[in-house]
Amino acid sequence: MKLNGAQILWECLVREGVEVVFGITGGAVLPIYDEMPKYPIHHVTMRHEQAAAHAADGYARATGKVGVCLATSGPGATNLVTGIATAQMDSSPIVAITGQVATSALGTDGFQEVDTTGITLPITKHNYLITNVRDLARSVREAFYIARTGKPGAVLIDIVKDAQQAECEFEYPEQVYLPGYRPHVRGNQRQIKQAAEMINAAQRPVIIAGRGVLIAHAEEELRTLAEKAHIPVVTTLLGKSALPETHPLCLGMGGMHGEAYANLAMQEADLIFGIGTRFDDRLTSTASTFAPKAKVIHADIEPAEISKRIRVDVPIVGDARNVLQALLPLVHEAEHTEWLECIAKWREDTLAHDILWQETDELVPQYVIRTIWEATCGEALMVTDVGQNQMWEAQYYLHNRPRGLISSGGLGTMGFALPAAIGVAMGRPDCRVWVVAGDGGFQMTLQELATVVQEKLPLKIAILNNGFLGMVRQWQELFYNKNYSGSPLLGPDFVKLAEAYSIPGLRVTKKEEVVEAVQRAEAMEGPVLIDFQIEQEHNVYPIVPVGQPIHQMIRRPIRARAQSAACERQGGEA
Amino acid sequence: MISEAQSGAFSRRTLVVLMEDKPGVLSHVTNLFRRRNYNIESLTVGHSETPGISRMTVVVHANDAVLEQVIKQLYKLINVTKVTDITDDAAVIRELALIKVHATGADRAEIKQLVDIFRAQIIDVAHESLTVEVTGTEDKIDSMIEMLRPFGIKELTRTGRVAMVRGAARTNGDR
Repeated sequence: MKLNGAQILWECLVREGVEVVFGITGGAVLPIYDEMPKYPIHHVTMRHEQAAAHAADGYARATGKVGVCLATSGPGATNLVTGIATAQMDSSPIVAITGQVATSALGTDGFQEVDTTGITLPITKHNYLITNVRDLARSVREAFYIARTGKPGAVLIDIVKDAQQAECEFEYPEQVYLPGYRPHVRGNQRQIKQAAEMINAAQRPVIIAGRGVLIAHAEEELRTLAEKAHIPVVTTLLGKSALPETHPLCLGMGGMHGEAYANLAMQEADLIFGIGTRFDDRLTSTASTFAPKAKVIHADIEPAEISKRIRVDVPIVGDARNVLQALLPLVHEAEHTEWLECIAKWREDTLAHDILWQETDELVPQYVIRTIWEATCGEALMVTDVGQNQMWEAQYYLHNRPRGLISSGGLGTMGFALPAAIGVAMGRPDCRVWVVAGDGGFQMTLQELATVVQEKLPLKIAILNNGFLGMVRQWQELFYNKNYSGSPLLGPDFVKLAEAYSIPGLRVTKKEEVVEAVQRAEAMEGPVLIDFQIEQEHNVYPIVPVGQPIHQMIRRPIRARAQSAACERQGGEA
Repeated sequence: MISEAQSGAFSRRTLVVLMEDKPGVLSHVTNLFRRRNYNIESLTVGHSETPGISRMTVVVHANDAVLEQVIKQLYKLINVTKVTDITDDAAVIRELALIKVHATGADRAEIKQLVDIFRAQIIDVAHESLTVEVTGTEDKIDSMIEMLRPFGIKELTRTGRVAMVRGAARTNGDR
């Protein structure tokens, strides 16, 4: 069957099971768009290519399938860059397809020409420049395979315009031949045995679960292991929900904004078992001060993540699910009563500290998040932006549904939430989807409200509006003498903005209005935006200052800001 | 944290990298070294004995921990099929240099003598210059250059290291 490049692309996408593509058309992808209506794939027209990449990323994170975005050459491709890097950093499988100027114009600085594969080389798992239509089908097949296997990531395919138009015999390659790419999914049995022995001997073990557990769908295995060997579990931000967060063994997120009991557990542990995590700096702070008393077992599917930042005693290269399954029969039932009691005391102390937001009459973000949590029974898909809003969500929304949190962890991309939520809602129409964003990040991609309406997506959008780039302001308050340089932020009337897109908008300025607003939003069928005008200078606590060990945190103040001139600095023996 | 004591001192390590001969693969490798802040001293690339597979010799300034990361990061590249550290193997290591040296009158004979001592060759002759081709280890080439410098080096080019393990062992195959 002779087909042109554009037809071959769509044929391949259909065979890869693609149901939805997020994109924006343009000159160098006209042949691709010309063929699109003939194929059973839904195209979501976005308002900016960055948003198309975030939507594909959100779709991938929510469904586990490969997300696809499509953009034209030049600015279309460069606009994708932030979204591609975001997906790649968080191991989210996306395939980005870009058009490129015709072969005859390549390298001539032609109109809307940019070196797309050159630009995206360091932010993709792999990329392709297709100049010959004969290479197209094989490359698309490989791209999807590479994106979703091993440590998943972003793959880009750049197709010159004449290759979209040229014809060749279409044959879909059933097999992928990549001699240099063979992900190790099964852990080495000898190392697994060694790990089991260390777990069995440990007195104060801690599991650190990262997003790898969720990617591998290993949450059941993780829970079984934790319960069998009585091991508390700390998660990374993206590992949240690997264990239901109301589970007694779950200590929640650790690291820079982790709770004291989670961080102290890691610092006091005699064994750390990291699984599906890359021990990034927001979790460990300075690597030399992290878990000083612990031996470390590190299981990850990507060998390059092991011994990258943290010295490891037992490395295991493998898929989280396979590794945990192999480990389970070798691990003995145990009770670490003393250890868990010790952690329980730390937890009690933390909870005793965490009262201000409950006692205050001000409209504070913790209360907003808790209200959403209660209204959604911890079961919503929460798509968060980056900064204070993200951390408050991480601290106060206890996820029970695996993969319930979708957020930009590694790259920390502001503006991620709204477009990513579009992908999430497209991929999971069965789920309630909430967007939590600050007024800063929301203003970076708010043009996508039009896409929300166009696709009739029932997103519940909560803006935690404090009129600042809040996390920056917080750092300026704590570490830069309250020099609020560049952080105050003028915003629009968000309610009117929503209404301009015919989305109902609610404004909440008082604590007592929160419950009603959230319940109204939950009851509405379509999208809704709530502008929560929260206390402006409210901080995320605890916080570990950069460079400090993770137990030396600035804890929550227990009195109102006016009375407590300085926050209590406390660490170590909390 | 990986401390200096655990990971050894920095020294020059030689890696042989086999990779599929596909467009862009070289830029993937060089970009990796730049991005991860690895210090390359030399890099040469060309065909290997297997059609479709290129062979690269990289000399990198690294300690054990950095070297481990370099190797793992190279393996992360989709088109890289095999990475071998041959630093501690008995290996034949060669570089090649072309040196155009100013040569008139009595200097010509003296240069000819040096060339013979170094078992190099004169490959081009002009009225006021000779072009010398020398092959050998880096040290040998360094000394050849030092010996020729007083005559006036007009132009110089040298390849990086190429290396091969001695004996019957092969550096190819799958990882």
